[in-house]
Amino acid sequence: MSHPVSQSADKVIDHFTLFRQPEYKELFERKKTEFEYGHSDEEVARVSAWTKTEEYKEKNFAREAVVINPTKACQPIGAMFAAQGFEGTLPFVHGSQGCVAYYRTHLTRHFKEPNSAVSSSMTEDAAVFGGLNNMIDGLANAYALYKPKMIAVLTTCMAEVIGDDLSGFINNAKNKESVPADFPVPFAHTPAFVGSHIVGYDNMIKGVLTHFWGTSENFDTPKNEKINLIPGFDGFAVGNNRELKRIAGLFGIDLTILSDVSDNFDTPADGEYRMYDGGTPLEATKEAVHAKATISMQEYCTPQSLQFIKEKGQQVAKYNYPMGVTGTDELLLKLAELSGKPVPAELKLERGRLVDAIADSHTHLHGKRFAVYGDPDFCLGMSKFLMELGAEPVHILSTSGSKKWEKQVQKALDASPFGKSGKAYGGKDLWHLRSLLFTDKVDYIIGNSYGKYLERDTKIPLIRLTYPIFDRHHHHRYPTWGYQGALNVLVRILDRIFEDMDANTNIVGETDYSFDLVR
Amino acid sequence: MSLSVNEGVDVKGLVDKVLEAYPEKSRKRRAKHLNVLEAEAKDCGVKSNIKSIPGVMTIRGCAYAGSKGVVWGPIKDMIHISHGPVGCGYYSWSGRRNYYVGDTGVDSWGTMHFTSDFQEKDIVFGGDKKLHKVIEEINELFPLVNGISIQSECPIGLIGDDIEAVARAKSEELGKPVVPVRCEGFRGVSQSLGHHIANDVIRDWIFEKTEPKEGFVSTPYDVTIIGDYNIGGDAWASRILLEEIGLRVIAQWSGDGTLAELENTPKAKVNLIHCYRSMNYIARHMEEKFGIPWMEYNFFGPSQIAESLRKIAALFDDTIKENAEKVIAKYQPMVDAVIAKFKPRLEGKKVMIYVGGLRPRHVVDAYHDLGMEIVGTGYEFAHNDDYQRTQHYVKEGTLIYDDVTAFELEKFVELMRPDLVASGIKEKYVFQKMGLPFRQMHSWDYSGPYHGYDGFAIFARDMDLAINNPVWGIMKAPF
Repeated sequence: MSHPVSQSADKVIDHFTLFRQPEYKELFERKKTEFEYGHSDEEVARVSAWTKTEEYKEKNFAREAVVINPTKACQPIGAMFAAQGFEGTLPFVHGSQGCVAYYRTHLTRHFKEPNSAVSSSMTEDAAVFGGLNNMIDGLANAYALYKPKMIAVLTTCMAEVIGDDLSGFINNAKNKESVPADFPVPFAHTPAFVGSHIVGYDNMIKGVLTHFWGTSENFDTPKNEKINLIPGFDGFAVGNNRELKRIAGLFGIDLTILSDVSDNFDTPADGEYRMYDGGTPLEATKEAVHAKATISMQEYCTPQSLQFIKEKGQQVAKYNYPMGVTGTDELLLKLAELSGKPVPAELKLERGRLVDAIADSHTHLHGKRFAVYGDPDFCLGMSKFLMELGAEPVHILSTSGSKKWEKQVQKALDASPFGKSGKAYGGKDLWHLRSLLFTDKVDYIIGNSYGKYLERDTKIPLIRLTYPIFDRHHHHRYPTWGYQGALNVLVRILDRIFEDMDANTNIVGETDYSFDLVR
Repeated sequence: MSLSVNEGVDVKGLVDKVLEAYPEKSRKRRAKHLNVLEAEAKDCGVKSNIKSIPGVMTIRGCAYAGSKGVVWGPIKDMIHISHGPVGCGYYSWSGRRNYYVGDTGVDSWGTMHFTSDFQEKDIVFGGDKKLHKVIEEINELFPLVNGISIQSECPIGLIGDDIEAVARAKSEELGKPVVPVRCEGFRGVSQSLGHHIANDVIRDWIFEKTEPKEGFVSTPYDVTIIGDYNIGGDAWASRILLEEIGLRVIAQWSGDGTLAELENTPKAKVNLIHCYRSMNYIARHMEEKFGIPWMEYNFFGPSQIAESLRKIAALFDDTIKENAEKVIAKYQPMVDAVIAKFKPRLEGKKVMIYVGGLRPRHVVDAYHDLGMEIVGTGYEFAHNDDYQRTQHYVKEGTLIYDDVTAFELEKFVELMRPDLVASGIKEKYVFQKMGLPFRQMHSWDYSGPYHGYDGFAIFARDMDLAINNPVWGIMKAPF
């Protein structure tokens, strides 16, 4: 089996080209035919074709038990994300340690940033006797080594199944002087078998607020002119939170973002590693109870938190990942209403520029069909923006989506002529979406990196606009909210459309009459 | 090259200084995991395979990660159910780059995520019924699946589900292996127990319950690759060399592997082990049960590759031995050219390594081949026998750290200022922000393969591009 050496020092070839060399192609063939005992090529082709049929779709949608490629993670990662948006805060995950390695890895792969969190490293003995000692030692170690200003405790499903009581454990640890008695240790129970990461986010926000604001209902809490805003679990938080702060600055509103990860997840490279950076100051978090109102940018990330805030006498307003012209208009009008200040002229100008850009490009968007998947709020915001552009959201899917969410999406679709082909799929996953894409085609998919497998199978171009984005870099540094954010989203969509046009018209002498220089 | 490293550096003093930050109880425990290698030492002088201390930011994972993520996940023609809540399977979905060739979703499922997505009622009432249904639905929607594994997440072992009973019933009903794996994340102290449990399940549920394929014709040259997960194509870049010297690789465990390859493994004449830590168990079992000898080899860097090829060939006849020499000679000019190109750019550079199974020792000589020095190394989940094997690769004065905490690693790097840190994704950005070149040595930083002669050229190129990129020179603002 001698073959020439394809590798060379001059031009080193890696997996992209190495395995396409004849010696490797032959190796694959030998392995397959002699050792793998797989199914015949004909059988594979037959089944492959079958998975793309209406019949398969029906079987696929009849599933009751198995979940395949869902668009949801579990509660703790959402809680961890929420905790990491507060000043100097170290998340402490009570339960098995592998979970924390997974959460840190997942967030790191998206943000391309370090992600710090500790585990109480419970093992079999803790499963039998409970994890109290792990909490006592763990808090002491975390406090001594990592010098946080706050430790936010959450749980893995292991700790939840055995029923560890966080409140009691934390008190116990404080009695044992693991951390000073007045050191803030908010907590949230975050069972992985209830809801998803967005519920975990809600639980942690509520946990932190409960810690600083107290548990009792108090509708008479004195109020000031400040406004709070909770962004929700958002892969674009770095760009978006900064954009929100800029907008508030233009208004002259004293805005407190409750959980602001924008600096913590975007620290500079200048020779010094910052384990903590930015975040909502703890003092501001405490003071936030006196704000006149709290805005939630993602309804499904904050139901319990908003209820809690309401009980402190604040006005609350909720949005569903507002994007685009109308989405931003509504947010700004609410800010104007709450603050009593007019929408700044500069923002009006930005609006005009955005509308101008849409007008310039609408011909390429009008009537284009889209599949949209992701978290419930993102799906709503994205679909509304698409309809505003004259595009048609067709399949709107969220594994975390409920019946209530489906109705909400349907209402949005009904409000626009561009929503007539749309349908919401709550509780469904990306394997369901694969069937939908084969049986009821669309022009583009909007989702995250996991959608690349759908793109590969269906050849429908994917636009990555929601968490997690592992295989493209730095988009999270640009906002998707506000008029500026909408412009970014518009350009991302248009770029993909134009790239797709070029890729489909570039065969010389065959299709390249449409390979237009000007589009 | 000198016989020792870190000369003139008070590494022991540095360790003591770093330990000062711990509360007393934890300081005593951590001190046992840190050491500076002494001349003539029998092993690395550290304790290992012990529970991580709570709250210190261990880099370790869990038993589920060791079983589903490492051992079972890459078997491409089976579907691996992440049994329990949705998260574990979600986070481990497609992250490890176990390359395979197949029609994903039709006859292969390596980059998909299947879960029973436990809800509260499953915890309260048990999940066995749901598991029955999950398996039935999988078999209906994916008729070409050759087997199914049940990868237990934490709750399964806590709520008393009988997944073995479900597996037995379903195996019979479907006529395909359905294997239950008790790899709940709270078992053991790291990924390592998950590897062991996964190995034992192959023994008990594959070897004991299935037969080698009918019509499989053995030859005297049949070997297997055990413990290569084909990250970035590593196993392929290894297989090609074994084939070239005249051997027949009848199974890959488990990168790009199939159920049939597992089943046929007892037909091998020798089991060749790359990652000893994760798969020595099954090799030992086959030695006892089937009398199959096993041998460890190392395909990182030309020195080790040549040595390994010769050792492997020595187990066979003269033709194979001659072939091995021919293959070594054939690749030598390419290797020489790679070293000539990259060694001048890398010579004398100091490296600190912190990874998992075999790499903290196996990659050492690949760095040496490029003239680089290893000043510190350690394992996430090694046992004592790994540290015994390490001692022969590294030099006197090397800092050894077992189950290092994020705090310790950061401090060690800060104080020792190596030229390159070779670790994982959780560590990468910490050190890059400190201005240090970094390579991920789990995923090859999305490059690879690094195994074999073809892989060595890529390894050399990647170390060069990390160390010699201009970005490290523009970190400090001129104002």
